[in-house]
Amino acid sequence: MVSDEVRDALAAACGGAGQVRAAGPADAVAGVAPRWVVAPGTAEQVAAVLSVAAERGLAVVVRGAGTKLDWGAPPERVDLVLDTRRLAGVREHAPGDLVVTVGAGTPLADLRAVLARAGQRLALDPASEADGATVGGVLAAGEAGPLRLRFGAGRDLLIGVEFVRADGVAARSGGRVVKNVAGYDVGRLLCGSYGTLAVITAATFRLHPLPAARRYVCRAVGTPGEAGEVAAAVLASPVAPAAVEVDVPADQVGPGAPVQVAVLVEGTPAGVDARAGELARLLGPDASIVDSTPEWWGRYPFGAGDVALKVAAPLTGWPAALEALRSVVAGGGDTSAGPAVSARGSAGTGVVYAALPGDTPPATVAAALDAARDALAATGGSCVVLAAPASMGDVLDRWGAVPGLDLMRRVKERFDPGRVLSPGRFVGGI
Amino acid sequence: MAALPALTARLLDALGPDAVVTDEAARRTYECDGLTHYRVTPGVVVLPTDAAGVQTTVRLCREYGVPFVARGSGTGLSGGALPVADGVLIVTSRMRRILEVDLANGRAVVEPGVANLAISQAVAGAGYFYAPDPSSQLVCSIGGNVAENSGGAHCVKYGFTVHHVTGLELCTPDGDLVWLGGGMAAEAPGYDLVGVVVGSEGTLGIATKVAVRLLRSPQAVTTLLAAFATVAEAGAATSAIIAAGLVPAAAEIMDALAIAAAEKAVNCRYPPGAGAVLIVECDGPAAEVAAEVAEVTRLCREAGAFEVRVAADPAERAEIWRGRKSAFAAVGRISPNYIVQDGVIPRTALAEVLAAIEALTAEARRRTGHDVRVANVFHAGDGNLHPLVLYDAAVPGFYEAAEEVSGAILDLCVAHGGSITGEHGVGVDKAAKLPRMFSADDLDTMHLVRCAFDPDGRANPGKVFPTPRLCGEVPRPRSADDEAARAAERLGIEAW
Repeated sequence: MVSDEVRDALAAACGGAGQVRAAGPADAVAGVAPRWVVAPGTAEQVAAVLSVAAERGLAVVVRGAGTKLDWGAPPERVDLVLDTRRLAGVREHAPGDLVVTVGAGTPLADLRAVLARAGQRLALDPASEADGATVGGVLAAGEAGPLRLRFGAGRDLLIGVEFVRADGVAARSGGRVVKNVAGYDVGRLLCGSYGTLAVITAATFRLHPLPAARRYVCRAVGTPGEAGEVAAAVLASPVAPAAVEVDVPADQVGPGAPVQVAVLVEGTPAGVDARAGELARLLGPDASIVDSTPEWWGRYPFGAGDVALKVAAPLTGWPAALEALRSVVAGGGDTSAGPAVSARGSAGTGVVYAALPGDTPPATVAAALDAARDALAATGGSCVVLAAPASMGDVLDRWGAVPGLDLMRRVKERFDPGRVLSPGRFVGGI
Repeated sequence: MAALPALTARLLDALGPDAVVTDEAARRTYECDGLTHYRVTPGVVVLPTDAAGVQTTVRLCREYGVPFVARGSGTGLSGGALPVADGVLIVTSRMRRILEVDLANGRAVVEPGVANLAISQAVAGAGYFYAPDPSSQLVCSIGGNVAENSGGAHCVKYGFTVHHVTGLELCTPDGDLVWLGGGMAAEAPGYDLVGVVVGSEGTLGIATKVAVRLLRSPQAVTTLLAAFATVAEAGAATSAIIAAGLVPAAAEIMDALAIAAAEKAVNCRYPPGAGAVLIVECDGPAAEVAAEVAEVTRLCREAGAFEVRVAADPAERAEIWRGRKSAFAAVGRISPNYIVQDGVIPRTALAEVLAAIEALTAEARRRTGHDVRVANVFHAGDGNLHPLVLYDAAVPGFYEAAEEVSGAILDLCVAHGGSITGEHGVGVDKAAKLPRMFSADDLDTMHLVRCAFDPDGRANPGKVFPTPRLCGEVPRPRSADDEAARAAERLGIEAW
């Protein structure tokens, strides 16, 4: 049988039959069932697996911990799920150089623990870390958390990357030093590419020292618009926050659950006290200074089955996009009943996540997306669907306008002309 | 090539004689950038005043199959703006408008010819600045910064150009004007094409508009200078500062020869007898800066500093920086000629690599009889070395000896896990050295990107990649021999 031949080839590629298994229902990718799950343990084995796939035209979806497997459009086809979790471990940590090289399948939380022992951290704190997300998955999905304001996203902290191309060729770009402009930065191209260009096998990051002290300054306000004003005031001040986050509960129109803004300052013990005090004065008498992380901090507002959205807008633009979503979803009038929009994210960078209940009528979701995108049209910005129930997949324009789409298609065509890697998952059907 | 006269006539028609330079003497003024030992007189020079002018030029280049090279202010140090003899040089120096300043969103949109410092000057009054600060920032252009992913003394804390460009309008090699990236927003859906265009040295197209981040000016800035007996001590002090969890805005080291040059040029009055000085700048909220400066001072003394000067005011701060900022030019006072090298090592390898450079130099002196010396200036915070290799061009064989030392320094960097360039770029100068860092497969992968943007290889040919390469034509196969012949013909680069 053909499938036996393929399975044998995959087993040989992975160094043993034990690393290949028939896929089960839990392995489905956004509702599309793969045939096999393979778990290569080295970059060479990844290369061998991709060579097998390329020769036979098998479609491959890469999976780390699977925390975001429902992000992106459902793939057109999936033959193999390539599980990266055996590509795990810290290969080299040079504390004096503030650099670490780590396998792509390493859970971010494990890396954090290793680095903390040296008083250091990777300043990348996506919500999925708590669910076991891997380094490779976080990079490929372009995730970032609250610290994005001060330290940038994964692509800004990645200084070198090793990967295997769709044709089974292993390559790398960047290096092990923080400052390096030799050659193209292919690593940046892979960040946020949803696994459509190559399989990341290892990553080298620049690190930062763990701060000696931190404080959160919190303030409740009535609306997203007011939260935006608070964030703007904080950013215009000289306190240099590490993060400015907002939490907009679904039922926030009620008196008991207002919008929360929380500002994180990090630094020396004396310094953060002074800065937190300054912030508290700036934010008014309702502000509070706390040592502990607010329970909503750095978590996505959505769960399994919800419609998950990401708004990336100018600092002054995200509240309007959020209001547009809420207004459409609530039917423009009575907001006390029916589905509602909740949101959380970085008010300091304008990247805010929103959640709509999964049972929201697809036409309503589509209309809400249109409204949000219209609201953003004036200022620039995007509203994309990260995940949605399978039932509404075909109705939604997941990405909206994509600047440079033609060039992106050309990049995909060069990297993966056979459309082996995650076909159809990304912008413009890439 | 017969195409050039016809193309020139079309350019004159489309853009007018004021924007097209055909006179040979005038063209020759563009024959090199800041790296003056590579010289090629461009076939024709175009000075567009806006994106449409760039687009018209690039489209005509496409029509006639002629290569083009973009040039900003010509301060590059890797020959990235070296013209092509039978090609067009597109100079952005007339595209100097700051198109938009949006403080509420922390952004400015500027044309590529705008000088780096002009952005900070435009927003300083409102308490904002543009962070990347290459030492040529008074004149170097943002378009050039985008091409080279320029850094500067403060990138140890603030990052490079790529961290501060949120979007750009690219004139693709096909002549399309395409907006890439989020612009006013932090990101846009799709691949991060801005991230790959920044630092691609003009080989993927020409940026015609650039959206940059504006940052709130720090509340406090304090600069200190610590004098040490040896460079090794200054390096150890830097390591101690980093190990203590401090992230200074800048950490710069000069060795004795670089100090001597600076003293001669600008009389910077650094502590007499210093074998090395370490300049550290801390910025941020006043409460943090005071604590950091105290800690840095303590760590410097612990590492052996015999004098630590903390600038008390902006004048004293400028005084400390004057020596460092003049260092490259100052070396001209102690040597008729010099090579500016740019390499990167892991910070912790500093002492070892400096000792190896000293050994290399001694060996070169003994072997060649030429008095090759190296003045060291470096961004110690991120391990970016700028060795200045001194020579006298009037003495036969001296340049070759210096060049050999300069190249060997890059080998040292690579051997220690570093890079052949931290901020000057590969350009034409280091293209042949790129394979020391990257395998053929690595370079092939980068070339896939090149081919996606520029399948015909018209944008800045001969730069970055070590050998002329052709794109396998994915959509429509053509004769490879044909392509190879054309490409070889195109790459008429002469090295002086």
